Amino acid sequence: MKARVHVTLKNGVLDPQGKAVHHALQGLGFDGVNDVRQGKFIELEIDGADTAKAKAEVTEMCEKLLANTVIEDYTIELA
Amino acid sequence: MKSAVILFPGINRENDAIAALKQATGTQPTLVWHGETELPNVDIIMVPGGFSYGDYLRCGAMAAKSPIMRAVAERASQGVTILGVCNGFQILTEAGLLPGALMRNASLKFICKNTHLKIETTTTRFTNQYGKGDVVDYPVAHHDGNYFADEDTLNRLEGEGRVVLRYCDANGAVDTETNLNGSQRNIAGIINEAGNVLGMMPHPENAIDPLHGGIDGRGLFKSMVEAVS
Repeated sequence: MKARVHVTLKNGVLDPQGKAVHHALQGLGFDGVNDVRQGKFIELEIDGADTAKAKAEVTEMCEKLLANTVIEDYTIELA
Repeated sequence: MKSAVILFPGINRENDAIAALKQATGTQPTLVWHGETELPNVDIIMVPGGFSYGDYLRCGAMAAKSPIMRAVAERASQGVTILGVCNGFQILTEAGLLPGALMRNASLKFICKNTHLKIETTTTRFTNQYGKGDVVDYPVAHHDGNYFADEDTLNRLEGEGRVVLRYCDANGAVDTETNLNGSQRNIAGIINEAGNVLGMMPHPENAIDPLHGGIDGRGLFKSMVEAVS
């Protein structure tokens, strides 16, 4: 089973890298972009087929290592 | 007086930490590899600067989960004096020994220069050799020193006198202009609730010899020695 984890900065936490990317996009003429937030995408290959168990385990991984919940939110997709 | 320096793969300031501790304590610090699970019996533990695990995932995230950090956390709870500098500060926040997080500098630039810092409190075991409001000059060298914590945490830190150092100018002015890296409230260093763990981005260990260009950092190491002797 694959788990896909998105880690993004929390709302209200300034994202200077996202801002820099936004400016660069504007520089390329992409005027329709209102905001850019940069995050991380982590793909995990997991043993077993029990999605509930996998979800619980990946949640623990996010809390312990993959995300820093002081500044980041995370979402988990299982497939 | 005994001290230890923790070494993680990718750390590169351990010899600077050792030199500063040796100068202040008069004895050779023990270097402890991250894979160890036990610490020697020491009075001071320093988590030095560098790029542990290549800053993968987040600065300090991987090092914070190293076996030795369990022992460091245990010593922290026992009241042992612990200093984390630069990557060491990032590691201590990732390990949950200090609140908040260190984010990418607001300018997105790696900042490597000397900076002025205001000593906000002299009642800590890290600053008892300084005067309140003293302005000191330490080098900084980091890409991710932008201190972030939520408003409640920041207010609590301020209220409890736990903001130890702030970025300022030569006259001690603390404002947006003198905010080196975008840190909330110009914060450069904080202590934990019990007062025995200090995390800071600037490098006092690189301001201990006239050849460094200044010796302002000696006071911080002398403070620790005074406090634990």
